[in-house]
Amino acid sequence: MKNKLFAFSPVVTATDPAHWVDKYADHLYAFALNRLDDEELCRDLVQETFLAALERLNEFRGQSSERTWLTAILRFKVIDIYRKRNSSWLTCHPMQSEPEYFDPANGHWKDDWAPRSMEIDPVDPTLRKELAAILQKCLDRLPALWYSIFSMKHMDDMATEVICEEMKVSSANFWVIIHRAKVNLRACLQKEGQ
Amino acid sequence: MGRIKKIMYDCHRATYLIEKGQHVPLSPRERIALLIHLNACSVCRLFRRQSRLINRAMHGLFKASAAHTHSLDESIKREMQEKINDRLPK
Repeated sequence: MKNKLFAFSPVVTATDPAHWVDKYADHLYAFALNRLDDEELCRDLVQETFLAALERLNEFRGQSSERTWLTAILRFKVIDIYRKRNSSWLTCHPMQSEPEYFDPANGHWKDDWAPRSMEIDPVDPTLRKELAAILQKCLDRLPALWYSIFSMKHMDDMATEVICEEMKVSSANFWVIIHRAKVNLRACLQKEGQ
Repeated sequence: MGRIKKIMYDCHRATYLIEKGQHVPLSPRERIALLIHLNACSVCRLFRRQSRLINRAMHGLFKASAAHTHSLDESIKREMQEKINDRLPK
């Protein structure tokens, strides 16, 4: 009987700003710091996220968890920073300085850019840390739009359709960006890791 | 150039399919083209291996650093919560 009653009552998930900081501040801070290497800026972004969320409390429908909702707000703030830092935001075309990795005539690797074997799966913790630092450096060099899309896919495991919708790119363009970002990142790792 | 030969040369296309195939199933035509290419091209096979390792590094390394390095000072947290409380309806 009781179960039946529950089944008919709407699921209402309340949000409780009085406990936000305790529950989510560390998670949000780590999220930001993993993407922007600036502690002060990240602290500010976390605070701004809470305040922005307060103003949009009526938009919280309980469809996603509080944590997901707050993280989404923060993500847009991080993307904004990237957008400001990087003027090539709107270009899906290669950066002007980006090399041609493939021969335009037949798509073959150009000799200088063909993958060579390298150590990118180290077991040693020191080497892993080093690799993480290089990876971060290479990620920072990607155009902002590429970085956002690449990290949403690879770090946040977001669905492709959601990313396309949020970033306003077609699905064809999405795959082009995912591909170019990876080729670029791999080349950067090879160069920096030498 | 014949179609097969074209596929065998086209590393640009092959690496594109490698990336796409990591996230969604490829069409039968795409799958066959990629198989033909990879069978002939050791450089793209190496690319595929490195690409997967980069995916793993993206996941593993960042998750590890998120797990235990960053947390905010208690005093900063108190300040944050106070700013929120100020704006809550009394």
